Order: sequence, then C-alpha cells, then structure tokens
Amino acid sequence: MMPRRDDAPWKPSNLAKAARFGDLVERLTRPLIVRFNKRGFPYLPPTVPRGVEVPPDAATLGADYDTEWARGTIASAVRRGLVEGPVRLAVKAIASPSVHGTDRLSDLARLDEVPPLIFTPNHHSHLDTAVMAIAVPEPWRSKLVVAAAADYFFDKRWKATMAALALNAIPIDREVTGRKSSDMIRDLINDGWSLVIYPEGGRSPDGWGQDFKGGAAYLSSRTGAAVVPVFIDGTGSIFGKGMKRPKRGTTKVVFGQPLRAEDSENTRRFSARIERAVTTLGDESLTDYWSSRQRAARQESPKLSGPEYTGWRRQWALSERRSMGDVGERRRQKRRWPDLGD
Amino acid sequence: MPRPGFVLDVDRSTPPILFWRGENFSLEKLPAGRSRVIYAPEPLPAIDDVDGAIHNALLNPIDQDPLPSLLFAGMRLTIAFDDVSLPLPKMQRPDIRQRVIEAVLDLAATAGVDDVHIIAALALHRRMTEAELRHAVGDRVYDAFAPRGLLYQHDAEDPDNLSYLGTTPHGEEVEINKRAAESDLLVYVNINLVAMDGGWKSTATGLASYKSLRHHHNPETMIHSRSFMDQHRSELHKSNWRMGKVLVDSGVKVFQIETTLNTDTFPSPFGFLAKREWEWKPSDRMTYLGTTKALKRTPHRLARNIFHSIEAPHQMTSVQAGEVEAVHRLTTEHVYKQQLVAVKGQTDILTLGIPYISPYNVHSIMNPILVMCMGLGYYFNMYRGMPLVREGGVIIMTHPTRPEFHPVHHPSYIDFFEQVLADTTDPHVMSQKWEKQYAEDEWYRHLYRTTYAYHGVHPFYMWYWGSHALQHCGRIIVVGGDPKTVRRLGFVPASSMDDALEIASDVVGRTPTITHLHTPPLLVADVS
Repeated sequence: MMPRRDDAPWKPSNLAKAARFGDLVERLTRPLIVRFNKRGFPYLPPTVPRGVEVPPDAATLGADYDTEWARGTIASAVRRGLVEGPVRLAVKAIASPSVHGTDRLSDLARLDEVPPLIFTPNHHSHLDTAVMAIAVPEPWRSKLVVAAAADYFFDKRWKATMAALALNAIPIDREVTGRKSSDMIRDLINDGWSLVIYPEGGRSPDGWGQDFKGGAAYLSSRTGAAVVPVFIDGTGSIFGKGMKRPKRGTTKVVFGQPLRAEDSENTRRFSARIERAVTTLGDESLTDYWSSRQRAARQESPKLSGPEYTGWRRQWALSERRSMGDVGERRRQKRRWPDLGD
Repeated sequence: MPRPGFVLDVDRSTPPILFWRGENFSLEKLPAGRSRVIYAPEPLPAIDDVDGAIHNALLNPIDQDPLPSLLFAGMRLTIAFDDVSLPLPKMQRPDIRQRVIEAVLDLAATAGVDDVHIIAALALHRRMTEAELRHAVGDRVYDAFAPRGLLYQHDAEDPDNLSYLGTTPHGEEVEINKRAAESDLLVYVNINLVAMDGGWKSTATGLASYKSLRHHHNPETMIHSRSFMDQHRSELHKSNWRMGKVLVDSGVKVFQIETTLNTDTFPSPFGFLAKREWEWKPSDRMTYLGTTKALKRTPHRLARNIFHSIEAPHQMTSVQAGEVEAVHRLTTEHVYKQQLVAVKGQTDILTLGIPYISPYNVHSIMNPILVMCMGLGYYFNMYRGMPLVREGGVIIMTHPTRPEFHPVHHPSYIDFFEQVLADTTDPHVMSQKWEKQYAEDEWYRHLYRTTYAYHGVHPFYMWYWGSHALQHCGRIIVVGGDPKTVRRLGFVPASSMDDALEIASDVVGRTPTITHLHTPPLLVADVS
C-alpha cells in the first residue's frame, strides 16, 4: 500500500466513502438474495393465478381494530403511569387546565357501587382527550375509555397502538353509524367502563362548536348510564384544527350535573337537552353561574355553534368570545368596606 | 343499620375511655362499679339523591306554597345562610348550603328573578373570609355574586342597613337586616347540627342587631333555658319565637329551608375517635398511639392547623322547607332521631373531654373563655329533661386551657379575660357592671365591622352561655389546664383525673357516681 502523501491533490469525501461501502455490501449480499429468490414459494409469497380474485384480508385497522388488549392489567398499569406522569406534565405545561364542577359528581362517587358515566365534552382539539384524561375525577378516571375517530386515530397500526395504550381509545366510525361500535360501547359500560364521547363528531373547523349528534344520548338510553355534560374552554386556541404545533395557553374544564333521559323523552330531545346543558356550562365558564342560569331560563344562552352570520363577522365574534375566556365579565371582588362616615 | 346510642356501665374489664384534651386526647380509667359512659348513636344513613330531596322539599313545602309560586319577575329575593360556626367540623365539599342555594337560584332564574342578594347571617360573629365563604356557598355562587357586591355579610352595627320592626309583648325590640326585612321573600338556608339551631333563631338571631340580641342573650334567659336543646323549656327559644311573631306580623315573608346532618364527624384516619374503645382494631390503636405521641411533640400552632384542616364527612339526613315553625318541628325530630340517648338518673360527677373546636373558634384558637363555653354552655346543656349532673355536683373537664387568644378574631376576649374576669366571674354582676362598656366600645365595633373580629360583647355572651351550669354545679375542675388561667376562670386546676376525683370528693363524697359524655360525635342525653 502506498503511503499517503500530505500534498495529494484529491481526498475522497465522506459521501464517496459511503458509496464505496454500499457497493461492497451489495457485492457480498447479492449472491445470497439471488439464491433465496430462486427458492420461491413457500419461502416467498405465492403468485396469483390469472383469472382468480383473491379475497381481501380481514381489516384489522380503523373501526375493526381490537382494543381489548389495552384494557388488560398490564396495559392499564402502563397507561396509569403514562397519564399520571408524562401526559399530566405535558398537559399542565401546555394547557394548565383548571377543573370546576366535580362537586356535582360527589353524590355518585360516594355510592357503594359507583355507576359508569358518559362524559360529553365539546371538541376543539386533539388536546381535549388528554385534558379529559387528567380532568375526569376518580373513581371514573381509572376506568375510562375514549371514543376516537377510527379514520384518524386507527388508520395506522402504530397510531392505533399508541391511542389504545395511552388514552384507552376505542375506534368509532364517524362515517357510518355501525351497530358494532354501539354494541361494543354498551358491553364496556355494562362492565363498568365510563366513556368520553364527543357529540359534535369531530373537532371544530372554525373555532365555533358544531351541532350535537345523537350518539351520546342513544348510548345513554341504551345502557342507562347518566350523561355528564362537560365544557372545555381554551383548547381550540392552543392546538386547534389546522395548527401544526401547539401554542401555550390556559384551559378550563367545567363538569355539569349528570343527566338521564326522562320517561317521555326520545333520543333526539335528550340529545338537545345535553347540548343545552353544555351550552349553559359554556356560558357559565365565560361569565358566571347566576348569569348563565338566568340566560338559560330565558333561552338566551349564547350558542356553542356561534352566530348565524358567516365570513369575517363570524371570526370577529369568535375573537371577542376568546378574549372573554380568561376573565370574562368576572372581576376580582373589591373589598367592600362598610361606610363608617367621617 | 346504625346502632343507637347507649350507656355503658363501667366494670373492671372496661378499657380506658377516650377523653379529648384540646388538640390531643388521652385514655382515662374510670372507677368501676360507679361510672358510666354515654355513647352517641352511630351516623344515620344519608339521603342518596340529595339534589332530588332538596328539589322535592322546595316544590312540596310544609304549610306554605311551593317556592316557584312565590317567585316572580321583578321581586326582591334575599337568601340568608348560616355562617362559619356550622357545621362542626366544616363539612367536606360540596357544603349543603351550596347545594340548597344553587337549587333556589335555579328556580329563581326560571322565574325571571333578577334582584337577588345573598347574606351570611352571622349576627355578632366574625366576618367569614373569602375561603370560608367559598367553602360554604361554593365557587360558582361566590364568583357570580360576590364580585358584584350581591353576596355579603350581615352587619349588626350598621344603622343604615337595619330595620326596626317593633317590640314583643315582653318589650323585646326586634331589629333585623334591612334588606332581609324589606324583601318580597326571605329564603333562609339553615344547617341544624343540634336541636338548638334553626327555627326563628335563624332569622331573629342570625340577622339581628345588638339592640335586639341583648334581650335573649343575657344571664336571666340563659339560666332559665333548661336546656337549649329542648325548645319547649328554653327561654332563649321562647324569646326568639316571640320575635318571630313580630317578624310575621310586620310582613316579613320567610321561606325556611332546614337541613339535618348525620354524625359522621371524622374522616377515616381519625375514625377511631368515634368508635367504642373495645372495638378499636390494631390499626386504630396504632393510629391513636402515633397521633398522641406525635401531637405531644408538635408545636401548638401546627397541631391546631392540622386539626382545623379536618373536613367532616357529614351527610344530609333530611331537608324540609316551608313555614318556619312547622319546618322546625320536623327538623327537631330528625335531630333527636340522630342524637338522642336515653339515660336514667343524674350523676354526682360529669366528665367532659373538651375538643379543639367550638362554634366560635373555627380556624382560630380555643381560648379559655371558649373552653368554659364549650364545657358549661354546650356540653352541660346537651340534655333533655334534667341535667346529667345533679344540683351541687361536680363537672370535670379535660383541656390544656392555655392563656392563648387569637388577636384578630377575639380582641375583646383578651380584655375580658384580663379585666372582667379579674373582677368577677358572676354573669349577673358582669352583665350589670361591664357589658355595656364592651358592647358600645368604638374600637371593638370598628374591628367587628371592618376586620374579622367578634363583636365586643361576644365574650360576655359566651360566659352567660354557662350561667346555668355555674349556678347548678358545686365545683368545676379542669384536668391538665394551665393552673393560673383555670383559677382566673374561677375553676379548680388538677394535674390528672385521679387528682380531680380526689378534689371532687370534698363536694360529692368518697364514692360519687360518675358519668362521661363520650362526645364528639354529638349526642343529647334524654335524662329521666
């Protein structure tokens, strides 16, 4: 081998070195691959005869993803560690949620057999699920499943695995109203699992809410589980639909009084009542309890779906509403000193 | 099924009995064969659907129209509620007052009522802090009303906001909160922890001025109240009921909502405090030993903070609404159902373990005057029929009775201790000689109105509260109390229970009968 001269005019670059190494690997492995390929079936997949149609494999993703493993003992323990550790820290760091109204569930919490509940928050962000995972009070938090969009969270195996493990998500088909999903949820509720389901069906496209679908009311009627209306404020501006990365902010979660369908109430009316309850909670979170009750009694609560008009005025109204979020009409109490005269 | 209260006859196999000693407790061996211990009934089961029960009470009141029919747009609605002195210890959230007030507000909103004021009916008690108000009425109600000045505390010394309504046939002046008096409807939200609470005492005392209160908060009335827990034999209640009639006659429309709680007093780590000693499990014994030994080495202030942070798992056992007197009759029945224990005959010596808390030192210091009030005013009066201790008998209390006072909450108590008690311990004499000076002192009035101080006259009322016991008993002994302080109160200090029994033998002989009131949890002895 020639000794390398310091004054050599050209030295091979790292790229050239890598290319040479690649060539070497290819030269060594190619004969092995060729020999393996020559062996064919059954070492390789079979070829399909002409004119024969192969039936597709049974789907294991999307709405068909089986999440039962995620409710086992080990997965539950891992999830508890994830939710109470990294998820809680991350949510606190990004969204610093304040939780209100859990006292409305205290009667149910002290029963000997705590009943499963269906939590129905409004939906503005993927962050909502993480916020709910830490905001739902015990004993429901440790036995909570989240209805998640099958086409978004369960379209790839790694996403499906992560959603099932970290959030105990179960796939719900948004496009088709399948009996399979509702049967699965009914079985889960009968087993004592509580459910978080977004009645709006998806995240808000423009920052305002959407009309509620009847799924939660239907599930409640079918299973007898009470519906707990929940309003989440602030997640839309932190990580709303269309945002590439989250922006730090504050959020507020308000739990309402548990609701049950009355004897003479059909699913549609019950769903409308749930929507009204969430609307009133939204008003309560932005103003105060008494004003929201007064407006609710007068049927003047500001709608979650925003004003009727479209275009820039709708966005303008949204920015006004958001500016109320932190303080709203509320001001810290000024100390009322009695007038003692001079 | 909860077990009723019972009276244990102490024999040689009876274990030592738990005695409270302020922010600590001890186990005392009582003489066998002549001692008995009265145990409280176990907590009654709570109502499962609390909100449903409240709603039902508001829609189906007793001797009054349903609340929705009394509410109309444009009316003036005032909601008054009991202050921080109830319940004891403070109950775990949500407080029952919050739930009742929210139910009333929901109906008011539906009826289109806009003009709503919420008033803490604290009479001459100290103002509640923001945290205490939030605990009582809940964050939702507080955030909605307090910032607008619509949730506030009654001021018994504000001449502009008091309304004089007349006098009773006995010449008692009736003066209450102006807003409450002039409202179209006054809704009173009460917690009836003991039979003494509620009825017309809620409005005629809680919303009254000093001018009005002095007619029933005096030694004469207190001595003739036998006892405060028996409304029909209580001069205090008769006076309040007379004032109630004046309220009704002058057009004040009251919708009374009364609630009763069970005696589930201590959360699980302290559960042994409510248990019968022979039922203590190893874990209870370990907790007792660990707690008492740790508390002995804990600074007083820290121990006090620990105890005052206890929140009782009280649960509601009944709620009734409507006309004041009819409602209170039913409420009293519920209270008796929880607290009454049948006891045969009186005793020579009554022993009382005084705990860390009384209605007047929530988040504060149990000063010597409150120790006296708790023992002789409250515990002595926990009877129906006749007192547990015979006339001329002895009361033995266990409490450290340190000369400590909360300078913000109890400023006039300090002067009362140093000045009035140095002069006399006779309620009648101090009433004649000193009360007016303290009641009308401008500085105390200023502190009451603008800070968190009890009214200047309040220590007198605490002393009057024990008037009957002072007159009834031959000697009062305090075990473990600071000797100088105990002597200032006019009592006898003793270092141990054996010493106290020895000292008592001068008055009641060598083999007296002894009865121990095992409380808290609260109980009322039905002595026959």
